[in-house]
Amino acid sequence: MTWIVRNLWLIPALPALAAGLTALAKRHQRRYSAALAIGAMGLSFLLSLCAFSQVMLAITHGQPSRQVVNFPWFEFGNQWLKLGWMLDPLTAIMLVMVTFVGLLIFIYSTGYMAHDDNFTRFFCFLSLFAAAMLGVIIANSLLLLFMCWELVGLTSYLLIGFWYHKPSAAAAAKKAFITTRIGDLAFLVGMLWLFSQAGTLLFYDQGAGCLEHSALTAMVAHLTGIGMAASTGIALLIFAGAVGKSGQVPLHVWLPDAMEGPTPVSALIHAATMVAAGVFLVARVYPLMAAHSDAASALSATTALQVVTWIGAITAVFAALIAVAQNDIKRILAYSTVSQLGYMMMGLGVGGVAVGMFHLITHAFFKSLLFMGAGSVIHGCHEEQDIRRMGGLSKLMPVTFATYAVGMLALCGFPLFFSGFWSKDAILHAAMGWSISRIPFYLGSLGALLTAFYMTRQVYYVFFGTSRLASHHEATPAAHTAPPTPHESPSSMTFPLVLLASCAILLGAVGTPAWPWFDSFLSGEAPIFAFAGFLEHGILPVMLTSTLIVFLGLALGWWFYGRQPILSADLPDALEQLQPGIFRVLQNKFYVDELYEHTVIRWNSALATFSDWLDRWVWNGVVMTVSNLVLGLSWLARSTDTYLVNTSFDEGCNTVTTSGKLLARLQSGRTQSYLRLVGIAFAALVLVLIWSARS
Amino acid sequence: MTPLSSCLMLSALLFSVGFAGVLMRRNAILILIGIELMLNAANLNFIAFWRYGSAPEALTGVMFVIFSIGVAAAEAAVGLALIISIYRHRKTTQIDRINSMRG
Amino acid sequence: MNLTPSISSLTVVPLVGALAVLALGSNRKLARGIALAFAFLALIFTLLLWHRFNPASGTLQLEEIHAWIPVLGVQYHVGADGLSLLMLLLSTLVVPMSMAASWNIQEKPSLYFALILLLEAGLIGTFTALNFFHWFLFWELSLIPAFFLIRLWGGSQRATAATQFFLYTMVGSVTLLLSFLALFLYTGIFDFITLGELARSGHLLQSLATAPHGTAATADRFALLICLGALLGFAVKVPIVPFHTWLPATYAEAPTGTTMLLTGTMSKMGLYGLIRILLPIFYLQMRSMRTPLLWLAVATIVLSAYAALVQKDLKRIFAYSSINHLGYCLLGIFSILKFTGDDPAMLSEKAAALSGVFLQMFNHGLTAATLFWFVALLEKRSGGLRGLNDFGGLRKVATVFAGLMGMALFSSLGLPGLNGFIGEFLIFKGVFPLAGWAASLSTLGLLLTAIFLLGLIQRVFAGPLNPSFAHMPDLTTAERLSLFPPLALMVALGIYPQLVLGVINSTVLHLVQQLR
Repeated sequence: MTWIVRNLWLIPALPALAAGLTALAKRHQRRYSAALAIGAMGLSFLLSLCAFSQVMLAITHGQPSRQVVNFPWFEFGNQWLKLGWMLDPLTAIMLVMVTFVGLLIFIYSTGYMAHDDNFTRFFCFLSLFAAAMLGVIIANSLLLLFMCWELVGLTSYLLIGFWYHKPSAAAAAKKAFITTRIGDLAFLVGMLWLFSQAGTLLFYDQGAGCLEHSALTAMVAHLTGIGMAASTGIALLIFAGAVGKSGQVPLHVWLPDAMEGPTPVSALIHAATMVAAGVFLVARVYPLMAAHSDAASALSATTALQVVTWIGAITAVFAALIAVAQNDIKRILAYSTVSQLGYMMMGLGVGGVAVGMFHLITHAFFKSLLFMGAGSVIHGCHEEQDIRRMGGLSKLMPVTFATYAVGMLALCGFPLFFSGFWSKDAILHAAMGWSISRIPFYLGSLGALLTAFYMTRQVYYVFFGTSRLASHHEATPAAHTAPPTPHESPSSMTFPLVLLASCAILLGAVGTPAWPWFDSFLSGEAPIFAFAGFLEHGILPVMLTSTLIVFLGLALGWWFYGRQPILSADLPDALEQLQPGIFRVLQNKFYVDELYEHTVIRWNSALATFSDWLDRWVWNGVVMTVSNLVLGLSWLARSTDTYLVNTSFDEGCNTVTTSGKLLARLQSGRTQSYLRLVGIAFAALVLVLIWSARS
Repeated sequence: MTPLSSCLMLSALLFSVGFAGVLMRRNAILILIGIELMLNAANLNFIAFWRYGSAPEALTGVMFVIFSIGVAAAEAAVGLALIISIYRHRKTTQIDRINSMRG
Repeated sequence: MNLTPSISSLTVVPLVGALAVLALGSNRKLARGIALAFAFLALIFTLLLWHRFNPASGTLQLEEIHAWIPVLGVQYHVGADGLSLLMLLLSTLVVPMSMAASWNIQEKPSLYFALILLLEAGLIGTFTALNFFHWFLFWELSLIPAFFLIRLWGGSQRATAATQFFLYTMVGSVTLLLSFLALFLYTGIFDFITLGELARSGHLLQSLATAPHGTAATADRFALLICLGALLGFAVKVPIVPFHTWLPATYAEAPTGTTMLLTGTMSKMGLYGLIRILLPIFYLQMRSMRTPLLWLAVATIVLSAYAALVQKDLKRIFAYSSINHLGYCLLGIFSILKFTGDDPAMLSEKAAALSGVFLQMFNHGLTAATLFWFVALLEKRSGGLRGLNDFGGLRKVATVFAGLMGMALFSSLGLPGLNGFIGEFLIFKGVFPLAGWAASLSTLGLLLTAIFLLGLIQRVFAGPLNPSFAHMPDLTTAERLSLFPPLALMVALGIYPQLVLGVINSTVLHLVQQLR
């Protein structure tokens, strides 16, 4: 075991240490805290590169590509609960991506947040986030993964609510935490189930781990009450966690609101890394997701993977549709992120780990590029986020425009030169060949069309035409300052943009059908270079189709928004003129928030009120009834005492008293009357004696 | 009529006079005098029974009477003292006014 | 006093302290100084006991037995295993915290601190006594100071609250007493350990069959009745829904320092009684009621969490949250009643659940007491206000306060890395295989906890700053220093729970072995 594997824990520990030290820093120690955070992240990046090269070396030498370190944590009963970390290709590639993108965003933040009062705290939270995210990546135990996963959620909460004085930010932070926690609780139940089935939560433990053959076989064979294999149930529950974190339908509602956070946060957490953690989780437990009962059914997808595919495909189209009608520059990107995450899920479902992960990596680069570009635009436009009030920025912010264009083309999947094309193409190709249904392919294609369309719309609104910022500000009577002119951002912000833009282009090279380096790296094989890869069944037609779709989307976007320059911020959208009804539905995000508001949330508060009522009136009522009964009884006892016992006793006493009084009258106190009695008695006695003597 | 029975008749008369005085009079001093009369009636009986009894030479009757007179003198002294004390307290010797022993 | 501390001397320390405070505490400073010194002395004694304790053995240690009233089977019998020791540590830890929280009490300080020390003596006695006779004495002894603390220093509704508290717990105590008197009548034994052995050997039911008109069949019913009586006593104390309505009122009306004691330690008396007394003696009867009991535990968790959602008073919110957290302990305790024979896998699950219960008891005591402490600090700054909507945006003026209280809140929420998580995880880990439905339903409680605690943060700390608190002072250095130990302990236990688990593990195994 090499040094880097033994000390892999240092990668998350360094940012954690930086977070701890910045937490103690004073508010004015800006340079110190930024340097600490960036330094720690840089060191982590270097270590990640070490880890990456270690895996590369292992693969080229034909050694096993996965190494784990497990350690006991605490004991319960007769066993020890163990945690551990691992280094395998998936970990290595994620480590490099997260530390690299993270480092760039840290640098970018020094520019973006330069004027914020709570600069040091921002870097504290960012470092904590990086530590937790890296913990998710290296975990070799579902428990450790879950713990870091929750900490990631916490930092996301803290950073979304960073501008806590804005009520909307505080509400968005709470919404994000709670929505993801719904998924996390399903995840927790799945984890408990897995623990009880497999007896361990370590992924790999020399044959005894829960993702290894013996445990999987047992779980597949174990049927639950409703005839579903335990493995399927567990996989679905864990997937629910991923749905929450990755903003899949129906738990996607938090992600667009999360844009209340500072833009670097949106770029790092809500575009590149944390939201991708759900995809990473599915990839990590892929053996469980894909566990079959026997070899015969190995060709068809498992129930779990079918669910993953369908959720992903639906999310991809659903979010893309909403993105078409949004006007906030960050919200468009947020819905785009949701949509792309759907793609990744679909890719995992139809094509396996490599397909989904490749899109994750390329997306991380170009989407963080887009977000940071958007941040640069917002910064340049003095905190304006509405695309209708921008315009004409291509000349004023040339670097931002160029890099943004690269990101946009990569996201649309512009053929051959951009990474997004190759990764999206791999997904579509896999979807085409899916054994269950062709529909995900069509949905994916539709999503690609929409993506090209809304990105074109956004770019036309933001960068072309004339600036509508000034006119808007002049219209506001309160604006007594000179109308602000947009300006290019400082180099600390543009430098990461350029670096990311080049990555967004170059990265495509590692995943072409001719040189599927990424695919073979993840499966731990040495890559082979062959142009014949293009000629494989179905690849060229799919490439052609997707190229056509992208061009169609771009052309549609130009048709609606590019033909004539947009003149005023208050004009209705071109689509709105065409189809106002549909546009309004899309603008209101299919009324999902309202739906939840009127169902789940309302039921929940009704239950809460009910429970409170139960406490106050029913339980307390029973208690009060009992106590009132007791009080009544005691009242009864008291009245018996007062009116029955006491009265009769008093009566008895009175009788004695009156008779005593009667008798007392005899005792008049006059001696003579007593004597008189004595005299009468004496006389009577004498008479009796005389009378008796005579007879 | 024998001398004994005439003595007894006299004594009974004397006793009745004393008793009537005790019952009828309202003045405490007169009541006390009535009591003395009754006592002397008893003394007279003693003397009579001794003089005309079986052993007149034994002087028993005289001894009784001397004692009795002594006791009566003491009694009269105590009785008068009480009456004076009551008189001081109540400014009266009328016996029917003094009924504080009433129950 | 003995130089090597024993359990008896530990019990005596707060008693002596109470007398000393009454006798010498002529002014406030002196009274609280003496009280705190004795509280720390008790803590040191506990730590010394902790040091003397052999964690490898799960049986009772540090035992002391003296004959007392032999005719009635009354002995002075004390002893401690891992559970007792953990509870002792918790009690002696929470008492100084509570004193610090009531540091500036104005009325009759010497009486106040003396009552707290008296309460501590009652707690220590309850957690170590092994004979019903003096166990019950201590059990009641702790009740009386609590009553007076609420009655004399409480809020505006204190009279009602104190009476309700006293009556509720008194009814429970009476049924408890009756149950044990009935047991004594037919067995002649007051000793918990001996009674447990009798129960395991089956002699207990035989003895009950000797009751007038008794048969084997009536003995079963009789035992169930006795068990129910004892259960009621503990159910009120914990509390279990629907015997909980005294708790929110009491916690809200009691002075906050006392609330810390009530939630931190006195609520553990009920759970301790369930584990130490009811489980070993009445496990057959409890087992027959397992499903309804589990329903009650789930109801406790879910209903209290829902009720917390609509409370407007911070103390009432934490009171309901407290019921909710203890509900997880109940869930763990009731689930291990399941009959599993000698299956080692199931024994391991039971051990996990019970370890989780122990840990959760300790964690809840620590966290809930700290949370109430924060409420006390907030009340001190706001002049007694503690409504959910009275504040707003406090994070701006009191950053450190918000950060540290946030930490305690997240610990209560069960965030990994802080102490709350491991206990709940272990409970759920154990309960899931034993009663999957109950575990799944109870996860709802975890979600609701998050909702109301985050709502609290949102209302109190976030949003625009309430102008009336624009000059609210942040935590002073003294307050920061005194808050440091509990918060540090939260982090330490979150990262390295072996600190506690290593000491209780043998006890857990021992108990689980008994409960096959």
